[in-house]
Amino acid sequence: MSSLAIKGNGLQSKLLWAAVIALGAVSFGIVALSRGENVNAAWLVIAAVCIYFIAYRFYALFIAEKVLVVDPTRQTPAYQHNDGLDYVPTNRYVLFGHHFAAIAGAGPLVGPVLAAQMGYLPGTLWILAGVVFAGAVQDLTVLFLSTRRDGRSLGDMVRSEMGPVAGGIALIGVLLIMVILLAVLALVVVKALVGSPWGTFTVFCTIPIAMLMGVYARFIRIGRIAEMSVIGVVLLLASLIYGRTVAENPAIATWFDLRGETLALIIIGYGFVASVLPVWLLLAPRDYLSTFLKVGTMALLAVGIILVQPELKMPAVTKFIDGTGPVWSGSLFPFLFITIACGSVSGFHALIASGTTPKMVENESQLRFIGYGAMLTESFVAIMAMIGATVLEPGIYFAINSPSGVIGTTAAQAAQVISGWGFTVTPDMINQIAQDVGEKTLLSRTGGAPTLAVGMAHILSGMFGGRVLMGLWYHFAILFEALFILTTVDAGTRVARFMIQDMIGSVMPSFRKTESWGNNLVGSGLAVGAWGYFLYQGVIDPMGGINTLWPLFGISNQMLAGIALILCTVVLFKMKRERYAWVTIVPTLWLLVCTLTAGLQKIFSAEPAIGFVAHARVFGDAAAAGKILAPAKTMAEMHRVIVNDYVDATLSALFVTVVLAMIVYGVIAIRRGFGDPKITAIEIGLPVTIPGANLA
Amino acid sequence: MPDLMTLKEWSVRTARLMVGIPDYQTYVEHRRQKHPDEPIMTYEEFFVERQNARYAVGKGRFRGCC
Repeated sequence: MSSLAIKGNGLQSKLLWAAVIALGAVSFGIVALSRGENVNAAWLVIAAVCIYFIAYRFYALFIAEKVLVVDPTRQTPAYQHNDGLDYVPTNRYVLFGHHFAAIAGAGPLVGPVLAAQMGYLPGTLWILAGVVFAGAVQDLTVLFLSTRRDGRSLGDMVRSEMGPVAGGIALIGVLLIMVILLAVLALVVVKALVGSPWGTFTVFCTIPIAMLMGVYARFIRIGRIAEMSVIGVVLLLASLIYGRTVAENPAIATWFDLRGETLALIIIGYGFVASVLPVWLLLAPRDYLSTFLKVGTMALLAVGIILVQPELKMPAVTKFIDGTGPVWSGSLFPFLFITIACGSVSGFHALIASGTTPKMVENESQLRFIGYGAMLTESFVAIMAMIGATVLEPGIYFAINSPSGVIGTTAAQAAQVISGWGFTVTPDMINQIAQDVGEKTLLSRTGGAPTLAVGMAHILSGMFGGRVLMGLWYHFAILFEALFILTTVDAGTRVARFMIQDMIGSVMPSFRKTESWGNNLVGSGLAVGAWGYFLYQGVIDPMGGINTLWPLFGISNQMLAGIALILCTVVLFKMKRERYAWVTIVPTLWLLVCTLTAGLQKIFSAEPAIGFVAHARVFGDAAAAGKILAPAKTMAEMHRVIVNDYVDATLSALFVTVVLAMIVYGVIAIRRGFGDPKITAIEIGLPVTIPGANLA
Repeated sequence: MPDLMTLKEWSVRTARLMVGIPDYQTYVEHRRQKHPDEPIMTYEEFFVERQNARYAVGKGRFRGCC
C-alpha cells in the first residue's frame, strides 16, 4: 500500500490519483444509487478499495505529518530498549501482518451481518465513513502515543495524562467490555452449534487436536510451529470431513446434537478449565491454529469474492431503517452505529495498538502504514462480511437471523411471516438451503456466524465444488469462527481474571498473588461467572439473545473507543496541537452521542423491545396479574426475566456513567493543557537520532 | 528499501510474529553485539520463553477480538 503513496507533484502521480478518485466515484455511485436491480459485489469492492487508497494517501498522511507530526529522526522504543524479545525493531511489512492479525477477529464478521437487515447501503456507508474518520484515526493516534511512551498500555496512558481517577474509570470500562464481549462471542458459538452434530463434533475435536499440537511443540519437536500447524490443519480438516459421517449416523449424532442451554454450560465449564490450564497445552496451539486459519480464510474469501463476483440480492435500503427490524431493535440512529463497531471503529484496538506493536515499530514514519493501514484492511473484512450476508436471498437472510419469537419454528410459518414483510420466500427455499449445507434447519440461527457461513459457502462453492461441497464449506466457516472465538474466550477469561484480582487486590492485597492456585481458581470462577451469566441469559432469551446482548456489546466497545479518542484529544491539546484537534474531536463527539443516546434508550425507551425497564414493567405487570408471558413458562421464570432486565439496565447505566465521567475528566485535562503555554504531554524518551537507525 | 526481503522470508517471519514468536536470528545477533559475555538462549529456550510471555496476563497484553 505504501508504495502507492507517491510523494511529489509529478503529473503522472496526479493523473493516477485522479483516476482512482474517478473510479471510486463511479463505483460508489453504482452502489449507492441503484434501485430495483441487483448490484454486483465487485462494485462495492472497487468503491471501498478506492476510498481506502484515497484516505490513506491524503487523510492519513495529513494526520501523520500535520496533526501528529511524526518524527522520522526520533528513536523508537524498539531501538531504545532493544532486547531481541519484546522490543525488537521489526520490518514494517512483517509488523503490519502481526498488527492486523491481532486486531482482526469475530467483530467485523458479525456486526455487518446483523446490520444487513437495513439493506447493504447504511451499513456500508458507516463502515467506510467510520473507518476513515474514526476507527483508523483512533488506531493510528493511539499507536503513535504509545510509541512515544515506551509502548505503555492505554490504561497507563490515561492515568499519566488524565490522572489516576480517570485511569481507574477507564479500567472498569475495560473490564465491563471484556465481560460483555466474552458473553456475546460465546453466544455466537452456541447459536451456531445448537442442534448441529456436524458443527459441534468438529468444534469439540479442536480441543484434543490443540492439545496434541501443544505437547508436540513443547516436548517432541520444540518450537517447530510450521510442523505442528500442518499437523493441526490436517487433523482439523479430517475432523471436518468426518463430521458429516457423524451427523449422518443417528447413534453417534445424538451425542453431539445439543440444546443451547447444554452448550452454554459446556462453554462456561470449558472457559473455566481452559483458563487455569498451562498456556502451552491448549491456548497457545489453538491460538496458532486459529490465527493462521483466520488470516488464510479472510484471504480466501477476498479471492472468492473477486473471482465469483456475486450479486447482492438484498435491497440497498430496507424498510427496517425505521427500527422495526427483527434482527435487532432500534432505529438507524443510534443503533446502526453501535451494531457495526469493529470494521468502522473499535475501542478494543486501542488496547492492541498500545500493546506489543509500538514496541516493535522501526520508525515513526511507518506508523501510518501499520496503524491506519491495518485498520483499513480490517474494514475491508467487514465489507466482505456485508457482501457475504447480502448475496443471500433476503428471505433466507431473515429466516436465519430472525428470532423464533418473531417468525415461529417451522419453515411454513417463517416463510409466511417473512413474505409478509415483502421478502418473498417459500418453505421449500428455506428447507433447501438447510439441506444444501447439511443442517436440519437454519431457522433462527441468529448471531451472524451461520449467515456468514452460508454466504461464504455460497461464494466459495461458486469457486470450487458447487453444491456438493456446500456443506463442507459451511461447516468450515463455522469451525473457523468458533475456533478463534474460543481462543478469545480463553485468553479473555485470563485477562478478566487478572483485572478482577487486581481490583479486589487493592482492597485485599493477598488476592493479588497470581502464582497462588487458590486465587487463580477464585479469580477464574468470578470471571467465568460474570460472562457466563450473560451468556446463559442470552441463550434462554426467546428474542435470541443477540437481540439483547449485541447492542450492549456495541455500546461498550464504542464507549472504549470514545475513551481512547478522548485521551487522543487531551494529548493533542497538551502537545499544543489544538489547531488540529478536530481530527479526534469530531469522531469523539459522534461516538459519545451514539453511545449515550443508545445507552439511555436501552434504559428509558418506552418501547419494550428497546428499553430494558419498559420490558421489565411489561413482565412485572403481567406477573402481578398472575399471567405468564412467553418465553417464561413458570412464575419463577417470569421473575428471572425481570431480574435480567434490571441487570441489563444497570449495566447500560454503568456504561453511560463511565462515558460521562470520562467526558468530565477529558474536559478538565483539555482546559489545563490549553491554558498552559508549555507542552505538557508526558512523553518518554528523547527525540534523538542514533546513527545507523533505520530511516526507511 | 534498505531491507528487501524475499516473499518467502516475509511470510515465514510474519506468520511467526503473528503468533508471538519474533525472529530468532535477530535475537541472537542482538545478544552477540550488545551482551557478548552473557549467555544466549537456544532456539528451544527462546521459543518457550516467548510462548510464556505472550500469554502472561497482567502486562497490559490484549489480543484478538475485533
